[in-house]
Amino acid sequence: MEKRTDKNSYTVIFAIGMVLVVGSLLAYLASTLKPRISENQRLEKQQNILYAMGINDNDETSAVFISTEKAPEAFTSNVQDQIVITIDSNGKVLKEQTRDEYFNETNQEPYLIDVKKQQASAKDGGERKLPLFVGKNKDGKMVYVAPIYGKGLWDAIWGYVAMDENMVVQGAYFDHKGETPGLGANIKQRYFMDDFYGEHLLTENGAFKGITVAKGNADPKNNDKTDNEVDAIAGATITGDGVSAMIKNDLKLYKPFFDNLKKQAN
Amino acid sequence: MGLLSKKDAKLITDPLADNNPITIQVLGICSALAITAELEASIVMSISVLFVMGVGNVVISLMRNIIPSKIRIIAQLIVVATLVIIVDLVLKAFAYELSKTLSVFVGLIITNCIIMGRFEAFALGNGPWRSFLDGIGNALGYAVILIIVGFFRELLGSGTLLGIPVLGDPIEKTGLYSIGYENNGFMLLSPMALIVVGIIIWVQRTRNKALVED
Repeated sequence: MEKRTDKNSYTVIFAIGMVLVVGSLLAYLASTLKPRISENQRLEKQQNILYAMGINDNDETSAVFISTEKAPEAFTSNVQDQIVITIDSNGKVLKEQTRDEYFNETNQEPYLIDVKKQQASAKDGGERKLPLFVGKNKDGKMVYVAPIYGKGLWDAIWGYVAMDENMVVQGAYFDHKGETPGLGANIKQRYFMDDFYGEHLLTENGAFKGITVAKGNADPKNNDKTDNEVDAIAGATITGDGVSAMIKNDLKLYKPFFDNLKKQAN
Repeated sequence: MGLLSKKDAKLITDPLADNNPITIQVLGICSALAITAELEASIVMSISVLFVMGVGNVVISLMRNIIPSKIRIIAQLIVVATLVIIVDLVLKAFAYELSKTLSVFVGLIITNCIIMGRFEAFALGNGPWRSFLDGIGNALGYAVILIIVGFFRELLGSGTLLGIPVLGDPIEKTGLYSIGYENNGFMLLSPMALIVVGIIIWVQRTRNKALVED
């Protein structure tokens, strides 16, 4: 005997009904929770930038952000300006704006600029906006924090790198969307991020070289800060290559800004 | 156990050993390979699967009389995916830090064949309470293996447990490392998880001959 649920008509109705119920449930949840979620993401960006500046609640071994309650105030008081550099697709600087100039033009905070969208725009031959956050780090030293974005093994990886005026790294924060737990996901662990501190992005001659995440660089303690290399994570080669690539591709674009800065200082 | 009848209790205890989802049913191997390089990731994954299996089995069991058999697999997939996405969204809104730790596991949970396997093999034919127990039992069986594999891979691969160095410092050459011990980088790669699971299967079948198939 055929059961009621075996009929074709029942199957079709069930499928349609289930899609409608599940679809509207998820759509309802997503739209009600959206304001909360974007607020969380906004605060996280502030925490990331502050982390790279050394303003965090780190204990001895683990990376801890400054709390979400304190983040907005710390962000306002530590980040003195948010510069936006506009370049064309060849990397030529078109204009440089302060936070206020940019905000008046677009009504958007520079730290909310979507790096991924800017990369895509430059790839299509358009302009690209490069945000740069200027402020004093926890030691009172002037640092410049730049956001970077790239690809890991499975999905997106991104980060914030704080540099001094000679493009020497003063702090770094990395994060990822879906790298393998225990391997590639460890780019957000202290033992990896801390290695970048003090590394030079430029060669001795002042040319831009970036920092390579290198296997077997015979410097596991990372004492050599001018070799443009940090020690890789075992079992996470492709994620490490992704980190090297995003540092190289994105931070290179800021070189003219730092050249200019030096010229002005002299 | 006063709370559970003998038959019900077996639903929880069986998957822990003699009907273990990984070593006997050979399900959920993919996630066992992917996330056992560290003990902590194994534990987080175990807890997530415990939750999804418990709730998912109950939902499927409640729907078992209205799901058309022709599209039951897709219906099951939708239930798992919906559950996981709801949890992910709610965590993102109310426990953002936690959601970031868990976000990498979302894809692994949806595609975990233990979950689909238990929906198909058990929840579609049994009542909600028994399905709930079956889900919890299988998730615990999965957790046991994951934690054993994670323990050995992290200990032998990185010399740490839950991120804490237990064998000394490999760079400063203290502890075990002072007498020439080295971390085995192989343990961090996925194939070694398969070998550890293989050893567990071997030990288990040597101790219980009834499990050996001819």
